Amino acid sequence: MISFSPTEEQKMIVNTVKQFATDVMRKKYRECDEAGEIPADIINAAWELGLVISCIPEEHGGAGWDHSALTGALLAEELAWGDLSMAMHILAPSLAILPIVEAGTAEQKKKYLPTLCGAKFSTATAAFIEPRYNFDPTEFGTTARKSGGYTLNGEKCYVPLAADAGFILVYAGEGGSNQCFIVDKGTKGLEIGEREKNMGIKALATYELTLKNCKVPAENRLGGSAGCDCKRLANLSRVALAAMAVGVARGSFEFSRDYAKERYAFGEPIAARQAIAFMLADMAIEVDAARLLNWEAAWKLDKKEDATREACLAKMYADNMAMLVTDYGVQVMGGHGYVRDNPVELWFRNGRGFTAFTGMAIV
Amino acid sequence: MIDFELSAEDKAKVEEAHNIAQTLFRPVSRYYDEHEHEEPQELIDTMWNLRGKGFLTGLGVVGALMVEELCWGDAGLYLASPGPGLGGAAVFAAGTQEQWGRFLARFNQGKPKWGAMAMTEPGAGSDTAAIQATAVHDGDYWVLNGEKIFVTMGHRALDLSEGIIVVWATVDKSAGRAGMKSFVVEAGTPGMKVEKLEKKLGIKASDTVTVTFNDCRIPFNNILGKAEVKTKTEGFKGAMATFDVTRPLVAAQALGVTRAALDMLKDELDKQGVKIRYDVPRSKQTALERDFMEMEANWRAAHLLVMRAMWQLQGGTPNALEASMAKAKAGRAATLITQRAVELMGPLGYSRKLLFEKFMRDAKINDIFEGTGQINTLVVARRVLDYTRDQLK
Repeated sequence: MISFSPTEEQKMIVNTVKQFATDVMRKKYRECDEAGEIPADIINAAWELGLVISCIPEEHGGAGWDHSALTGALLAEELAWGDLSMAMHILAPSLAILPIVEAGTAEQKKKYLPTLCGAKFSTATAAFIEPRYNFDPTEFGTTARKSGGYTLNGEKCYVPLAADAGFILVYAGEGGSNQCFIVDKGTKGLEIGEREKNMGIKALATYELTLKNCKVPAENRLGGSAGCDCKRLANLSRVALAAMAVGVARGSFEFSRDYAKERYAFGEPIAARQAIAFMLADMAIEVDAARLLNWEAAWKLDKKEDATREACLAKMYADNMAMLVTDYGVQVMGGHGYVRDNPVELWFRNGRGFTAFTGMAIV
Repeated sequence: MIDFELSAEDKAKVEEAHNIAQTLFRPVSRYYDEHEHEEPQELIDTMWNLRGKGFLTGLGVVGALMVEELCWGDAGLYLASPGPGLGGAAVFAAGTQEQWGRFLARFNQGKPKWGAMAMTEPGAGSDTAAIQATAVHDGDYWVLNGEKIFVTMGHRALDLSEGIIVVWATVDKSAGRAGMKSFVVEAGTPGMKVEKLEKKLGIKASDTVTVTFNDCRIPFNNILGKAEVKTKTEGFKGAMATFDVTRPLVAAQALGVTRAALDMLKDELDKQGVKIRYDVPRSKQTALERDFMEMEANWRAAHLLVMRAMWQLQGGTPNALEASMAKAKAGRAATLITQRAVELMGPLGYSRKLLFEKFMRDAKINDIFEGTGQINTLVVARRVLDYTRDQLK
């Protein structure tokens, strides 16, 4: 039966996250962006919501809920509406948790999942993107060579929280296929570079990584001899990022809409002029359009079907939409949109990033 | 639960619509484009018989999906197919049960019939509140006077069948929009005349006419909704309730033409060994792949917006905002995507040998009728800003 209504449980989760985003994230996002860091109390408060460990089986310390990309998309939108840097920080452990829950061996689950189920936030992460313009997620430049265990070589970037991560999932090409390897903190040959400086997501700590003849034991191949379905993991990531793009864009739409009703020019609110009103209408339509496309992709992933086409279209659409809508947000506000007293310039910088963001979040 | 799966029964209905589009519409699609105003009699009879056997599109999610399929076959022939059409949708949205029986029962019996809607006038298109046609209360009757243009299927509804037409007219010019009411006029009513058969850019298999009303008397209870002029906007609300149904339906027509162009484009590319690689990075994509993906994503986004508006409608949820969002998006997407398909196919796109150029011509109307893209954008803007029409003109 076709329906566009989330379940009661999903509505409850969305409301909880929205409340948190409003009460906590929206109060601090500007300070965090300026300071380049997020206070631990915010991250720990988010941690207590239990969002990222809910899908970990109870025996390994989690809540044992069924994983749903659709539920993940709903909550990722709300978190990103609060603030994108914080959203990516809060969800960073999922970058390790979800692939292990989905594809990990019994031993991998037992060894790694409990390390992420503490009372306070602790993280692991994943290294997906590589620092070149023609990075191709279907053909990683980072390589894994079998030699007893595996030897990893290559460069990665945009690795969230790498410096604090207990272990890192490294995506690499192994022979003809793409696989994922668990690299423990401190493994020889794993070099974590300096913290990256980007146009946006300034409060999120991301790093470059270099893997130089980095040797990991054979049992650290995600999924063991069966390996993992990197395509599916990439699609789950696309859905997460598209949902975040929707959240960021929605924030910009709502703020500039409210501003346009308050701002008077020529004796009436600028929103009363079609030149502005039509931009706002297009923003509203495009935000919804991107969200629905993404829901369909997430829904298909939840059915365990190949959703590469849907996820790629949803991500591409959301990337473009976020650029357009966050740009309009600044444009509607004019000079007031350009100054850092108002949030839309921050959302514009964050919105611009989605075409570059790949594999930096997963739901 | 958010779900995009149809039941097996609904899926079968959509497949049946696709099958009809493919086997009945497509083979004669070009012929009736090139022979404007020629009657596709055989097809009309076939569609009427299918209707008698229960092939009905209806006014919900599945109905919209079926309309999309039929318009994938041919948008003009879909409109030309007998049935209650937009006039019927208006009766359904704003009429009483007694009126449903009196005006809609005919579409399930006897010879083929059509329903039409008459809103636009020479001096009033999207500005429906400026309508000049009048309805004067006279005993047991209303007396209609005025001229209506761009009436889709008016010729077949009124000249070629015992159909109906829903006419918008004012009962009190001084009351402005509140005086606007809709009336059902049956074919053959004295004083009503079809004047002019338009020649159009596309959807040529459908007819578009001018209808004049000259002291045309209709029974008093042919009015849809209440006769009294009460609050400032009540009369117009009836019109708006009609749009909540008809805008997503027309948007579904746009989706069908658009997908037809996309499918044909994909087929032509397939023949040349060109496959769309969805997951390669921007640096490795061809411009053609990128274009195709953007076209497909836009079509699908519009499709989902239409489905959402229809899902709300069938669940009784107010959908005026979402109906206009769907229509604005689908109309624009149809226009841009079908034009791009012509462009991408080069000489094959422009040639009348294939159907790309026809899709482009057929698609364009969807950004015009049932409210232009601009009017629907205006409706969306007013809704998201919570502005009245006085606050946002």
